[in-house]
Amino acid sequence: MSQPLQHLFGIGQLSRDQIETLIGMGESFVELSRRPIKKAPTLRGKTVINLFFENSTRTRTSFEIAGKRLSADVINISASTSATSKGESLLDTGETLAAMQPHVLVIRHSLAGTCEFLADFLPHTSIINAGDGAHEHPTQVLTDLLTLKTQAGGYAGKTVTIVGDIAHSRVARSHLLAAQKLGYKVRLVAPKTLLPSHIEQYGCEVMYDFDAALPGSDVLYMLRVQTERLTDNCSFPSIREYHEAYGLNRNRLAMAGEDCVVMHPGPMNRGVEIASDVADSARSRILDQVEHGVAIRMAVLTALCGASAEVDKPSPKQARAAAAMQAQGKLL
Amino acid sequence: MTTLLIKGGRVIDPANGLDEVADVLIAEGRVAAIGSGKGKTEAEIDASGMIVCPGLIDMHVHLREPGQEWKEDIESGSRAAVAGGVTSMCCMPNTQPRLDHAGVLRQVIERARQVGLCDVHPIGAVSRNLDGKELTEMRELVRAGAVAFSDDGRPIWHSGVMRKALEYASTFGFLVIQHAEDLQLTGGGCINEGRISTQLGVNGMPDVGEDDMISRDIMLAKLADANYHVAHISTRGAVDLVRRAQAEGLKVTAEAAPHHFALTEEEVLGYNADAKMSPPLRTEEDRLAVIEGLRDGTISVIASDHAPHHEDDKRCGLSCAAFGIVGLESMLPVSLDLERGGVLGMPELIATMTSNPASLLKLDAGTLSEGAVADVCIFNPDEKWTLDRNALFSKSRNTPWHGREMTGRVLHTIKGGRHVFGKGEILV
Repeated sequence: MSQPLQHLFGIGQLSRDQIETLIGMGESFVELSRRPIKKAPTLRGKTVINLFFENSTRTRTSFEIAGKRLSADVINISASTSATSKGESLLDTGETLAAMQPHVLVIRHSLAGTCEFLADFLPHTSIINAGDGAHEHPTQVLTDLLTLKTQAGGYAGKTVTIVGDIAHSRVARSHLLAAQKLGYKVRLVAPKTLLPSHIEQYGCEVMYDFDAALPGSDVLYMLRVQTERLTDNCSFPSIREYHEAYGLNRNRLAMAGEDCVVMHPGPMNRGVEIASDVADSARSRILDQVEHGVAIRMAVLTALCGASAEVDKPSPKQARAAAAMQAQGKLL
Repeated sequence: MTTLLIKGGRVIDPANGLDEVADVLIAEGRVAAIGSGKGKTEAEIDASGMIVCPGLIDMHVHLREPGQEWKEDIESGSRAAVAGGVTSMCCMPNTQPRLDHAGVLRQVIERARQVGLCDVHPIGAVSRNLDGKELTEMRELVRAGAVAFSDDGRPIWHSGVMRKALEYASTFGFLVIQHAEDLQLTGGGCINEGRISTQLGVNGMPDVGEDDMISRDIMLAKLADANYHVAHISTRGAVDLVRRAQAEGLKVTAEAAPHHFALTEEEVLGYNADAKMSPPLRTEEDRLAVIEGLRDGTISVIASDHAPHHEDDKRCGLSCAAFGIVGLESMLPVSLDLERGGVLGMPELIATMTSNPASLLKLDAGTLSEGAVADVCIFNPDEKWTLDRNALFSKSRNTPWHGREMTGRVLHTIKGGRHVFGKGEILV
């Protein structure tokens, strides 16, 4: 890797080399999970804390499995069990956990920028963004790229058509950034109500008509429709109408090229953005994505633990405390 | 009362069209003469190479007292004011309790008098508790010292209430100031909606959320034949609307805050909560439109929108952070860029912070006329210094200009003939 990583905030911070190195490392980790004994000593003695302020099944579990298969000590904290429910601030929670000296904090939060914000105050803990608001979800996109590389003939020059709630999607943002670095195309398909302003700044194609977007697509990447969030604020009138306009069904899949594959970052709403027969079809790569998610998270943990091992200065807060104790000692 | 001579400065008094090197003689707390001072005075300030102008008026300040004194109080706000050359300021009514009863206004004014550094003129609430439903007793509030009315921070979105507020206020010649923000469009947003909000993945506040409310208000102001003032104007569309209303002869005015003509939404990159305020920093196009509005006089006032917040309210991530930045101590140096950039001449620039707000609010301030209360600001327009948020006189430190070089520095502030600020220190 061109330079060691201390944190993984997003695809935006990574060079093309760094992205490809992580994908390559991930590829080599796929095999480990298929062995009868799924264990390697790579991260022995390392502590990883999964700090999840938002619900997650696959991301949190795959970080946990990734850490454990590499022999790290993994602790899971969800918002409901943490002190935040007692009113502790985000910063205090972060500083408290960092004071227990983990190597890595894996963080998911509904606020965009949470990882960058905490990193300013926790200089000795590596932070991995497991999804922050509508900002970035880098490990998901690295996972998708590994899947494209190994199960869909690569990503360079391909057209990835992302369909659905782009406005609230951190996965879409991360793909748009990755596409610019790695040379694939992103085509966005959504009603105007689900597109954020100035999305064209990423050099992507924006289409409102799903049927017209099908020919020429190499990947149909369906986003989960967060129904609880959207019907309230008039982003679409009903699930029925959404499915009719933007749902992926067998007929639509037939209109795309023969080699076009289907992906989804999960969790799926069957019958909303994706019909069951499509989700379960031979062209679906959805479960490959899940498997690769573990491998990519192994790669990211390995890359970050390698870097964080070199850092051993006390934090500013600890330094202040040490100075205060010393001063007190002198007074006594 | 002592006599004080301010010697050899470039004296600029926009109200009297004065711009010449002269001495200013102050006696009995008032301006006694401007000319060539020969007699003996008890004190002297050498102002050669400096600009001597009326003490500045900042018509948009949040003092936080009563109710949020950990952020700012009248004393700390007054210290920040005179450190910024400001000798009169208008405080917004979103305190706790609100400035919606005469007693609260009198208390604020009395406290400011005790502090004795800077005149405080309250902006009364338009509606009780800023709820946008029932009007306050505006005549009573004016008798208690209110100089205008606003529900600042809580825009009056109900068109019927806004119409009545404008009609009632204008019946008695009162000014209504609107924080123009259509919360139906901006609610949940934290920065300008556009390129940067999409990059950061945060909810935006679209420019039309400012424009649509101003557009409606102008129509209502026309209907009511009212005096209507747009606070902290920030968009190209809004400047155009005000310009057209003025061309039509309506009594519509506007103020701009320094951050809106000095900074853009780019400041927020990296999730910088100290660049978060409402209205938000906009695009370069909007910034240039605000500057053009100042150049052609559409925007006649510069006001800081000084909005102190405790670090705890800012250090919680961009989306959760409070809106607002402190501004009293950076208003003049940041605004001087307009003079250096050729947008406004020095007298015209000074007018936006002295005679213009004074005439808008009918304040007996903002001039060096003979016999006027001797409120004076003396600054060096060329002195370079670095703004350190820890060195501010305000209790709060939420400024986007921390660590930046400023050009132009207030060296002395005279309030009612008393030398209250000099050489970086409060003198009383």
